[in-house]
Amino acid sequence: MPDAQVLTPASTGSQGAGSASGGAGSRRASGLRDYLALVPFHAYVGLFLILPTLVVAVGSLTTAEGQATLSNIQAVFSDEVIIDAFATSIKLAVITAIAGAIFGGLLAWAVATGDPNGVLRPLVVAASGVLAQFGGVMLAFAFLATFAGRGLVTLFFKNVAHLPIMSDQSWVYGLTGLVFVYTYFQIPLMLIVFLPALDGLRQEWYDASASLGGTSWSFWRHVGGPILAPSFLGALLLLFTNAFSAYATAAALVSQGAPIITLQIGNALTSEVVLGRENVGKAIALGMIVIVSLVMTLYALIQRRASRWVKQ
Amino acid sequence: MTFTPSAPLGAAAADAPIAVPPKGGGRRRRRSRFHSGSRIAILVVVIGYLLLPLVAMLEFSTRGDYGSRSLDSFAAIFTYPNLIDGIVTSLEIAVLTVFGMLLLLVPTMIWTVVRVPRMRRVVEFLCLLPLAIPAIVIVVGIAPIYQWMGQHLGGIGGSPLTLALIDIVLVLPFAYRAIDAGIRGVDVGTLTDASRSLGAGWPRAIVQVVIPNIRGGILAAAVLAVALVLGEFTISSLLSFNTLQVVILAIGKRDAYTSVAVSLTALVFAFVLLIVIARFAPGAGSRGQGATEEEEPLATPTPSTTGAQ
Repeated sequence: MPDAQVLTPASTGSQGAGSASGGAGSRRASGLRDYLALVPFHAYVGLFLILPTLVVAVGSLTTAEGQATLSNIQAVFSDEVIIDAFATSIKLAVITAIAGAIFGGLLAWAVATGDPNGVLRPLVVAASGVLAQFGGVMLAFAFLATFAGRGLVTLFFKNVAHLPIMSDQSWVYGLTGLVFVYTYFQIPLMLIVFLPALDGLRQEWYDASASLGGTSWSFWRHVGGPILAPSFLGALLLLFTNAFSAYATAAALVSQGAPIITLQIGNALTSEVVLGRENVGKAIALGMIVIVSLVMTLYALIQRRASRWVKQ
Repeated sequence: MTFTPSAPLGAAAADAPIAVPPKGGGRRRRRSRFHSGSRIAILVVVIGYLLLPLVAMLEFSTRGDYGSRSLDSFAAIFTYPNLIDGIVTSLEIAVLTVFGMLLLLVPTMIWTVVRVPRMRRVVEFLCLLPLAIPAIVIVVGIAPIYQWMGQHLGGIGGSPLTLALIDIVLVLPFAYRAIDAGIRGVDVGTLTDASRSLGAGWPRAIVQVVIPNIRGGILAAAVLAVALVLGEFTISSLLSFNTLQVVILAIGKRDAYTSVAVSLTALVFAFVLLIVIARFAPGAGSRGQGATEEEEPLATPTPSTTGAQ
């Protein structure tokens, strides 16, 4: 910030920063120079986040030579494989978001009602952070070590329990496998997202309900449930987006074809491009942006309502 | 919502921060037998489900010949030169990402608080934006840019270390929340006013006064960045760079045992990192900042939809 040097600390004159006159005063006066200091940040985000998004948006509406066209969009809508992949992605995201929200919500409740200074809470939160955010490929291997041909559970059923279940391993590498492994990272994400909402529930509310003769059920029915409902819905949408956008785990697990939309984009990026279809990958990506944006807008609206009670 | 009497509840909510500390204090202490029974049942079942694959990884990666236990798979990590290369590359990217992110974000965030509070919302929005744009979409849009860099910028343009440029963007939501929690914990305006009235210039006020006071948040941001870079796959894979995760997947096709061993090590490493920030970061656990803390605890990384999986 070279321009900052210009404002010497002694310049507490009638105009200018007035820095010594107290926090509020100096914070209110912002000149053009002050905005200039934010240029590097905006330029960076513009170059590495906004520009790529624009490349996708513009590319999906132009030919490889740069002429405006709707053929890429048409190609997406007329390609059954791509439409199926979109449908499968949405189905996978809905199923795992609901499963993750239910089990993760229960886990969050069990953790939130525990000893706030106990050892369980930080351990579960840290482990959830790892599994929900940074797992990716490694979770696929965790899943394989459990359920694949030589996995722990498979060998248990085969050698110890002598049960004929899990003898066919093909489900692991298909959609069923994806449901299992996605749920595995959706549950911890739900815990992370939902725990603050549960922390926002106050003992006083429960006491108030109880002193008016309310039972545990009527508290949840009339107080706790309605207060948590927006947070739960918001978390559900976040989980949907998370599963819908996921690529790494599926790329590591799925052995044949590209059943979900992120794998379709991966294929479009890495495989030989057919003439005239250079920008179809961008059109698929645009489709993802549209769906995720819709969900995230809904999420923001719900979040505004949820924050009324949670962030006191 | 029909039955919730808003006035009494609102009053209770307004009183609560005075009556109980916001973190941890407001937890229901009631314990019926049914309650604690179902609580323990949930903990056992769900945590069991989450632990099972990790236990399986440990069991799988320590298999020796004829049912014995051995650490051969872990030792084998060092026999794969490209795996070592991948680890080194990812660590280098992590270091670059941490410094780049801090250089970009810390002065900007301090500056918005002190000088241009109007822009705070804008900066926050931009920092959280990567949550709404899937990583795979960023790859699609950035691939042409990387192609150009590889052709025109020589060795630097084609180096895997350029991935740090994108990873900085991916880590912004996490880092923003962490640093923001640190900034909320101190009165940055008063700190800079005080140091500047004592004769310090802006750079000195920021580097020597503000930054040491928000080091907890900075540390948390750095740790989250390291964890994210070590786990990053989508972008490096599709731009054909051999980072840790790309190599793990490649090796897994031939030697699943070693891949599982590396994966387990990396997961445990990330877990330890997050435990460390839970201990030392501001606003985490019982060391919360009380009234100034409005955000969720920062050891819980920001909800991510960037497709880290």
